[in-house]
Amino acid sequence: MSNIKEIQEEIVKEFSMFDDWMERYEYMIELGKSLPLIDEKYKIEENLIKGCQSKVWVHAELQGDKLLFTADSDAIITKGIVAILIRVFSNQHPTQILESDTQFIDEIGLKEHLSPTRANGLVSMIKQLKMYALAYQTQLN
Amino acid sequence: MKVAAEKIPFNVEEIRKDFPILKRKINGFPLVYFDNAATSQTPRQVIDTIVDYYSNYNANIHRGVHTLSQEATDKYETARKKIQTHFNAGKPHEIIFTSGTTHGINLVASGFASILQKGDEILVSALEHHSNIVPWQMLCEKTGAVLKVIPMDQNGELLLDEYEKLLSKKTKIVMVNHVSNTLGTVNPIKKIIDKAHSFGAAVLIDGAQAAPHIKADVQALDVDFYVASAHKMCGPTGVGMLYGKEEWLKKLPPYQGGGEMIATVTFKKTTYADLPHKFEAGTPNICGGIAFGAALDYMNAIGIDEIAKYEHQLLEYATKKLLEIEGIKIYGTAKDKTAVISFNIDGIHPYDIGTIIDKLGIAVRTGHHCTQPIMDYFKITGTIRASFSFYNTTQEIDLFIAAVKRAKTMLE
Repeated sequence: MSNIKEIQEEIVKEFSMFDDWMERYEYMIELGKSLPLIDEKYKIEENLIKGCQSKVWVHAELQGDKLLFTADSDAIITKGIVAILIRVFSNQHPTQILESDTQFIDEIGLKEHLSPTRANGLVSMIKQLKMYALAYQTQLN
Repeated sequence: MKVAAEKIPFNVEEIRKDFPILKRKINGFPLVYFDNAATSQTPRQVIDTIVDYYSNYNANIHRGVHTLSQEATDKYETARKKIQTHFNAGKPHEIIFTSGTTHGINLVASGFASILQKGDEILVSALEHHSNIVPWQMLCEKTGAVLKVIPMDQNGELLLDEYEKLLSKKTKIVMVNHVSNTLGTVNPIKKIIDKAHSFGAAVLIDGAQAAPHIKADVQALDVDFYVASAHKMCGPTGVGMLYGKEEWLKKLPPYQGGGEMIATVTFKKTTYADLPHKFEAGTPNICGGIAFGAALDYMNAIGIDEIAKYEHQLLEYATKKLLEIEGIKIYGTAKDKTAVISFNIDGIHPYDIGTIIDKLGIAVRTGHHCTQPIMDYFKITGTIRASFSFYNTTQEIDLFIAAVKRAKTMLE
């Protein structure tokens, strides 16, 4: 099992292989299709992330001392972005999630290549994942 | 004798040279700017006016005795007269400078708080932008008046029979846009105004989307209030106009208190300045106002009718090309519409298309376009909106169509 830093480095490496942004978006769309989908019953108002222009639902649950995330979105590119975040943060200990940084997003240039509304959505998504981590960390202690 | 502005023969390649921004590359692709309904681009002539103002005669207006202040005042008041002429208002003081359409609407809505009584009714159309809905909802909360909605049909045309049924002696003001920002529908505002007047109701027309394509004659329309923004008609952002009939502007109380809008001030009582200053508290957007005048000069030199004719060709060409794409649905199919196309492609989120085609240099708007009631009507969350201007070309439409097709292939 890789740690958060290693997964982030892996993603940065993957993205550096592409020549242009169209290819990166194609890859993100592919990633979106691999997203661990949220159970329909969790697609509720409380699990909607505020600040995204497209709809994004995220659900978190503990398995042992690891936090598992599932999600969905009505837009495919957004789904790809969530998939990247979930690949980084899912199946990790809440403390590790809280202590991690998200420098890798700048490194792959994701933020600057998203529209401001999407970039805000990205910030909201990360904040939401960390909120879950915080809540479950308290539960674990 | 007035000398008519010299008409320039319509030549899109020549016109494009006036817009420096059109030379920009986005991600290595030439910019194709199809978000004109959100804001138009600025010609060199308007940019030069802005540079000239700050380089040569930047000063506060109306109060200064010095040369710069007088020059700035002259140019600002000349701009007001240009707006008056453009919209054919009877008097220059019936033109109030605002920060934009939203400001104009709020000014009128706020003034009606002193006119409306509990149980009075006001009408808005189903096609309105949030900025022509929310101020009136706020007014209703304040006064106890009731907001009613003129419905539309699947084509995005207002149902005039239903409108007539809604009108009564209780109706005090009717708000309709001249052109819908989302669907492009050109509304039959003359009929709407006449009907409202027969019940003694005032009418405010939101001209933000119409002004770049249609020259409104406020006297012929007999409209009570007409509002528009400079930045949609080749002018700068942060400035706009409110036309109000003199009798209405005299009747409405001032919107904001401050300098410029007073006649005398003592701690016991302040008397207000005459029109238009009563509604222009504080230092206005002087440069913006003057540049607004320059933008009108620019558009009128080409000719609004010429512009509309050319844009209609772009609309027809783009509509035909878009309809060739499988799974496309166009929202807004009114008989009379401006060069705006709102659409979706089956099973694809508008943001996804918008994001991909931006990478190919194409600027469109995606989302609800500040018209959530229209989205609710069509049971969708948003659309892709391409809106054309007279500096766009059919070659750009071809690039746009190719980009949409490429995005569709990627996203399916």
